[in-house]
Amino acid sequence: MQIFKSPNYNFVGYRWHALTLSSLVILAGLVAVWVKGLPLGVEFSGGSIVIVQFDQVPAIDRVRSAVGRVFPGGGQNIVVQSYGSPELRQIMIRVPQVGVESGTGLSDAADAVEKSLADAALGRFTVEGREIVGPVVGQDLTKKGIWATALSLTGILIYITARFQFSFAVGAIVATIHDLLVMMTFLVLFRYDLSLNVIAALLTITGYSVNDTVVIFDRVRENLRGMRKDDLSTIVNVAVNQTLGRTVITAGTALLSVVALFLFGGEVLRAFSFTMIVGIVSGTYSTVFIAAAIVTFWRRRKPVRVPLGTGPVTQATRSPQTARTKAKTPRSPRAV
Amino acid sequence: MGKDLRWRALLVVGIVGACLWAIIPPEKKVRLGLDLKGGVHLVLRVQTDDALKLETIATTERVREELEKAGVTVGGVRDLNPTQFQVTGVPPAQDALFRQTAAEAQANFNRESGVGGSYTFTMKPNLVVQLRQDAVTQARQTIERRVNELGVAEPIVAEQGTAGDQLLVQLPGVTDVRHAKNIIHSTAFLELKLVEQGPMPTREALLQATQGQVPANMEVVPGVDTRAGERPEAVYLLVRKAPVVTGRDLRNARPSLDQNNQPAVSFTLNNEGARKFSKATAENVNRYLAIILDGQARSWPRIESRISDEGQITGGFTQQEVQDLSLVLKSGALPASLTYLEERTIGPTLGADSIRSGIMASLVGLALIVSFMLLYYRLSGVNAIVALAFNLIILLGAMSYVGATMTLPGIAGFILTIGIGVDSNVLIFERIKEELAAQRGVRASIQAGFSRVFLTLLDTHSTALISAAFLFQFGTGPIRGFATTLTFGLIANLFTSTFVSRTLFELVLSRRQAKTLSI
Repeated sequence: MQIFKSPNYNFVGYRWHALTLSSLVILAGLVAVWVKGLPLGVEFSGGSIVIVQFDQVPAIDRVRSAVGRVFPGGGQNIVVQSYGSPELRQIMIRVPQVGVESGTGLSDAADAVEKSLADAALGRFTVEGREIVGPVVGQDLTKKGIWATALSLTGILIYITARFQFSFAVGAIVATIHDLLVMMTFLVLFRYDLSLNVIAALLTITGYSVNDTVVIFDRVRENLRGMRKDDLSTIVNVAVNQTLGRTVITAGTALLSVVALFLFGGEVLRAFSFTMIVGIVSGTYSTVFIAAAIVTFWRRRKPVRVPLGTGPVTQATRSPQTARTKAKTPRSPRAV
Repeated sequence: MGKDLRWRALLVVGIVGACLWAIIPPEKKVRLGLDLKGGVHLVLRVQTDDALKLETIATTERVREELEKAGVTVGGVRDLNPTQFQVTGVPPAQDALFRQTAAEAQANFNRESGVGGSYTFTMKPNLVVQLRQDAVTQARQTIERRVNELGVAEPIVAEQGTAGDQLLVQLPGVTDVRHAKNIIHSTAFLELKLVEQGPMPTREALLQATQGQVPANMEVVPGVDTRAGERPEAVYLLVRKAPVVTGRDLRNARPSLDQNNQPAVSFTLNNEGARKFSKATAENVNRYLAIILDGQARSWPRIESRISDEGQITGGFTQQEVQDLSLVLKSGALPASLTYLEERTIGPTLGADSIRSGIMASLVGLALIVSFMLLYYRLSGVNAIVALAFNLIILLGAMSYVGATMTLPGIAGFILTIGIGVDSNVLIFERIKEELAAQRGVRASIQAGFSRVFLTLLDTHSTALISAAFLFQFGTGPIRGFATTLTFGLIANLFTSTFVSRTLFELVLSRRQAKTLSI
């Protein structure tokens, strides 16, 4: 079975359309962040989350007003929503950080939430989980997260430069940053909080997107040796087409598993799997349109130097596109 | 079957077998993280300034005593902040004698002279660093002992954070956060000090005898008078600053009853403590001795005779308080106070829900992928599925061998591993298809497919490993779990997709001369 029988779509020809579309999506995200603010999870903003399970679920509004009573100026910054599937009868309450770091004072807000629920006579409940984060932790985490992302992108940049060349590395990194921005846009638009699990998803997609890009670049590198007469756009386009079957199958199977995660993974993994779905679609798209386009912009029509010894192991190349130009390949490949 | 092929097959079987052995039965061998098992996760900061302050005050007191003994009359000796103390009004005539007497303090402090015969002593920077580090280490060890006394299975107490003053405490299966926090958090700093004045109901009344001034070698401590049958009232006592013995001199502490049958804590002192204690009690018969816990006088019994190594702490405790107090006294005092930075409690049902949904989702995802691979690649799909299964077994086995725990982000790493595993096989198979389309033989196509794609796989896996390494280096708990899973997954995958999968193909082909390949 074969999805594509020797495909020959002009992907590189659509690069301007793709860049416009991406810019619009990212612009929408930036506007949304500017208007609504970045929805930070409690890990980053500090604050308390209490998850309670009621014997009989009261109306959300009653819970909100009960909690709002004990927090001055409450209501606006307090989040009350049902948590997980309805039969679990769980409600999540999130309040911002109050007070400062001192002794056992950290849990005061969470304790106050529990007390307000008990005082309001909303029926019997048990506290299923609490998550209380002081301001220091959030700052630490933000700093570390930014460092980890920046350094791993730099590491990838160096690796790809060493194995391929600098323009390829820039293409891969730009595509990856593109995916991060697109995921952020969708997170903001769909009001998912930026939590640790979401960060894990963002980092997963970083890996996925680079992986996807490297596969195509690998083909470009291989084709560069065989298709010396063609310009770079053609070479890149051929590589994208050659790997199209793989790209679609990989993205498809990955989507299958994260959609399953989104549907059956429960509340805790919902935001994670949502981010993954957006990321896989964006990662696949950006590999085909963004990363490849950047490489063609970088050195249009100019011949590209191929580092020695980084080509495929076997010299005999019989795949259709490379076979076409094989006869013209000089006996001893030299760098040009 | 070639000899080479036989060895390769044996190697695969051996590795997978060893990993299987490490994870069966899974409910015992696979360690679950707190987010899946339920429990309490705390991040605390050790207020290391407290430890510095203790050292500075002790030195200040010593210098004061030495000066008195040597007959140097100075204006005052007082501590300024956690790392500095000051001596003022040293008469010019006694300057040399002062310098000689205070020389001992210069082992740990730098002396600087100011105007009008004043001297400032600042703690040496290397001592500051060392005391801070010691405080964190001691706090960690103390909390470890307390947590073990509580009977928590597989607790984690570890130092973390860039400033090096944070402690991570994980207590699996614990749901009573308040009790756990009380046990961990109570400083349990016990001091026995001689009473000079009091108790009195107010500070002013207490200081009448000393003209409203607190003498330099004394201090005022608050206390609660809890005589049986009466309402507890707040009182103040004037006590000597230097303690007779402290919690560090304790050998043991246990719950007991006082003479009124009220809950109390009995303690015994170690040799050093007993020596100091018996000397002090012999010299001060008929005076009162304040038992001070965390800066609050609990009781102040009269010394009736010389006591060598035993004592009792009373003062209106409940049974639970007495048990907790014995526990924390026995495990030693914290060298510094603690503040909480983060607290997470995951109820057991919440964790179980996550596991159930996580496993459910993974199984559904796996089933979909398996069906697709079988439909699309037919018999070669079986090869991919075996490779994928081996990949997951090796991943779990490796995690079990290094004692890594499975967390929610870990499950995410697991799913990513499945994705990468499938991708590797897809890459190889698509390449083999290309080679077959170019009319090469089955055997040659398979060989070309694997060797061509190997470099691609090396590149994709290397870039992913670079990200994982930085994640591990900079990430905290859950992110680290993700990075660990991903790293093992990537390495296992490189092995299964190139080595295992190829060996499987060649095993099948070694039996017969194939003209076509089911792919």
